[in-house]
Amino acid sequence: MSKTLVIYLMAEPETPELARAAVDGGADIVELGFPFSDPLADGPVIRRAGERALARGMRTKECLDVLARTRELVPGTPLVPMTYSALLEAYGWDRFADAVHANGGTSLIVADLPAGERPEVRRVQLVAPTSTDARIELAGAQTDGWLYLVTVAGITGARGELSPALPGLVERARRLVPVPLYAGFGISTPAHAHAVAELADGIVVGSRALEVAEQGPTALREYAASLRAALDAG
Amino acid sequence: MTTTFGAYGGRYVPETLIPALDELEAGWRDALADDAFHAELHHLATTYAGRPTPLTLAERFEPGKRIYLKREDLLHTGAHKLNNALGQAVLARRLGKHRIVAETGAGQHGVATATVCARFGLDCVVYMGEEDMRRQRPNVERMYLLGAEVRGVDFGTKTLKEATSEAIRDWITNVETTHYLIGSCVGPAPYPELVAELQSVIGREAREQVLAAEGRLPEAVIACVGGGSNAIGVFHGFLDDADVRLVGVEAAGAASLGTGRPAVLHGARSSVLADEDGQIEDAHSISAGLDYPGVGPEHAYLRDTGRAEYRAATDEEALTAFRHLARTEGIIPALEPAHALARARDLDAELILVCLSGRGDKDLDEALKALEKLL
Repeated sequence: MSKTLVIYLMAEPETPELARAAVDGGADIVELGFPFSDPLADGPVIRRAGERALARGMRTKECLDVLARTRELVPGTPLVPMTYSALLEAYGWDRFADAVHANGGTSLIVADLPAGERPEVRRVQLVAPTSTDARIELAGAQTDGWLYLVTVAGITGARGELSPALPGLVERARRLVPVPLYAGFGISTPAHAHAVAELADGIVVGSRALEVAEQGPTALREYAASLRAALDAG
Repeated sequence: MTTTFGAYGGRYVPETLIPALDELEAGWRDALADDAFHAELHHLATTYAGRPTPLTLAERFEPGKRIYLKREDLLHTGAHKLNNALGQAVLARRLGKHRIVAETGAGQHGVATATVCARFGLDCVVYMGEEDMRRQRPNVERMYLLGAEVRGVDFGTKTLKEATSEAIRDWITNVETTHYLIGSCVGPAPYPELVAELQSVIGREAREQVLAAEGRLPEAVIACVGGGSNAIGVFHGFLDDADVRLVGVEAAGAASLGTGRPAVLHGARSSVLADEDGQIEDAHSISAGLDYPGVGPEHAYLRDTGRAEYRAATDEEALTAFRHLARTEGIIPALEPAHALARARDLDAELILVCLSGRGDKDLDEALKALEKLL
């Protein structure tokens, strides 16, 4: 079965074109970061991208507009906003999820809303190497479609080596949860992608994708294609 | 939601931390039920920290009133922060953690944390905004001398808010070996409750001391509120005394309770300076310890229930009270409790307990410059 490639982009005015480039290069799902001023789960690359987006006026309404425009450009690709609880608290928890769907969002990721909290907000749940079996089961039961495996105890950002914690986490999640498992945090190179494809059902690439996106849609399409090729060679 | 204080509190943190918070909560319940834990804390408080701290009647500060100062400035390291740091260090050892991370604003919590880490032989990393490192230089030097590593935070506001975020990011990354020694009654559950309990020694002692001195309870208890740990500590001694007014004083430019809205910051839902989209806004205060856009969730709850009232004091009012206490009582307060002192003078009450949460040596440079401009 083909492995899934998820590319994360920060919501900014240029993002719809970048998302189309990522999809042209082979991305199956696009995550759209709705920036928050104090992103606890994020390393410097995504934090700085969020700071810039906020400085450019990217608030919830503007992000939803970018989501809707992205939906027009990539009609067949699942789009998943990824954000923080503060935005949902301010917008209204239910209203936020409704607005995401009304603007073409497929699901939602809330980086600081662990499984078990606010179960009425249906979203892709995350599990980490520190998660107990009971928490993996809970996340699996509540998740929306697939489970996001955080490969390291840590924050987002490219790393040299693939996390040694990943195989154990995949093994436990396979045993406990019947949904697809996509791994993210610290995955940036085709070599990483190839290695993860041996274990999980897909990969999520964020920080490195943001850096490449700085060079424009063509560079991002080529980068996505290099990851796609590495996944397919798996 | 794991909610502790009405609609406030909770655990808005990445999944990676949930098992550590569960472990912390279980370890904390075990410790609370263990006489040996309480005995160790009491021993440290009396033989190392300098408890009980005295109660001083400030007769010349405001002659028309009877204002008592709870002298946390006389605690070892010069502020109430040590109560919490000692308790959490003992707890961290019970949990088998040998590395401590902390955030600091004014540097008082950083110094307290560096102190207990030196005392117990724990590795210590303190995150501090570069703006705060500049204006609280003496405390940075104290932390170095005590063997702590101080990591400057050079983005965003370069103050306590960003330092806290970086400390949490470090904790996420090193959670297996590390205890996050949070400095105030903020953060995800169980921290607000845990810090309040460790600081409640202030209120227990002060209540007995005021009763012994006056034969009655104070009409009002007043304390400064940044994150709110000295205030929650002294308030806890009087929560059940319905006739005792509890008054928190925020910095006018950092009035999370006075002008904030419900929002999520640093793992908890509380009253926060935030815009209508939930983005956190900058706070402004001459006092680095109050320069924080959030506040402990229990304070938001006490405000909503009406049990406590919250007011504000400006930089100028705090500076004036700072100098006035020095000139009338021979006590140099920190700029943080100077906010409480400012409101104590004009509070419509006669018998007042003020929590003098720390001493002002760290503030001299900043305060003297600002006073020069003011006068």
